[in-house]
Amino acid sequence: MIAGRAPAVGEEVAIASNADVVRVRQVVRSAAIAARLSLVDQTKLVTAASELARNTLVHGGGGKAQVETLVQERRSGVRVAFSDQGPGIPDPETALTDGWTSGNGLGLGLGGARRLVDEFDLLTEVGKGTKVVVTKWAR
Amino acid sequence: MTHPPTFADPEIAGLLRENKQRLLDDWSREVALCLRGSLEPEEIREDLAELLQAMIAAMDEGADETTTGELRALLEELSRRRARQDFRPSETATSVFAIKDVVRALLGPAPAYETLERFFGFSRFVDELALITYDSYVNAREQVIIDQAEQLLELSTPVVKLWEGVVAVPLVGTLDSARTQVVMEKMLQTLVETGSEYAVIDITGVSAVDTQVAQHLIKTVAAARLMGAECVISGIRPQIAHTIVTLGIEFSDIVTKASLADALAYALRRSGVEIVRLPEETQ
Repeated sequence: MIAGRAPAVGEEVAIASNADVVRVRQVVRSAAIAARLSLVDQTKLVTAASELARNTLVHGGGGKAQVETLVQERRSGVRVAFSDQGPGIPDPETALTDGWTSGNGLGLGLGGARRLVDEFDLLTEVGKGTKVVVTKWAR
Repeated sequence: MTHPPTFADPEIAGLLRENKQRLLDDWSREVALCLRGSLEPEEIREDLAELLQAMIAAMDEGADETTTGELRALLEELSRRRARQDFRPSETATSVFAIKDVVRALLGPAPAYETLERFFGFSRFVDELALITYDSYVNAREQVIIDQAEQLLELSTPVVKLWEGVVAVPLVGTLDSARTQVVMEKMLQTLVETGSEYAVIDITGVSAVDTQVAQHLIKTVAAARLMGAECVISGIRPQIAHTIVTLGIEFSDIVTKASLADALAYALRRSGVEIVRLPEETQ
């Protein structure tokens, strides 16, 4: 996907319970520190990861998060991919709208997570599952 | 818990008993080697002598639940003792495994097929014994983890009184749903018990505020308000403020302060307490 990338250090975390959401946060935080993200960016990425991991758990029925540190010539960053084999999202654009919620949350999780990161990819297919890939670069 | 290992073979038991001294010498030497001299040879020998005695009893004629139970207890005790001496569980298990080589050497260079069959049975028995030491090590460790988790949950839910009518809840670490629930319930309870009108929720120690945590905070503030109390959220660090704004969470009708001190000053001022610095000469 990105040319000239050094081999990434990856870690996979299974998401099956609330405790796993906490683990995802911890793994993402250490990766963010390793990639030299600023404190604000670390917190933003960790918060986005927290939202997405919880979505994976609550809406996707569990899945996994893959955390990798990206190192390029001039910049470094962290990419986290969340995937589940849940019901998928019928209307992704609506789901990304602030205030729209399928449960009883604040309805800011998905859209908020998108604003917290630099790159945001949402792949979803009804009945097959959802994959969200987010990337945050060190400034 | 698995059942106590059972293996009755009086013939091997007899062989072990006849060669007890030589066995102990060789076994102690092997164990001393794999523990890299970190235990006194006499101590090793004592442990093994006890263990060998119990093994013979458990294999011999008339072996019953008592003898196998004793053997198990002895192994568990050995495992605990070694764990306290900072040995890895694999090192303890290896010391048990070592008896296989020693017994095999007793059988001579070309044992009969039947003898070998017996030896295999004995070998499986030794495997079970080693697994007991491993299990009891893991159990001891798990107990430590359970104890610590309980201590943490207790640690994590303090509600402190700052002033007459002002209570504070310092939140620390990771806020999962269960923990937040416990803390918030306790806070509401304390508001009633102490008749306080002000509650300060301090989130200095919280590493990230996501929508779920924010929602819990907002709900708690609303609940406190229903009870006639006012909540102040303090300790919002720059990176948290940044994140909350980007997420789009509205804290607009909640009083927030940068530090716990500011929050206390606010609560005091609102409840009519004024703090004045005394003139120098009266100090």
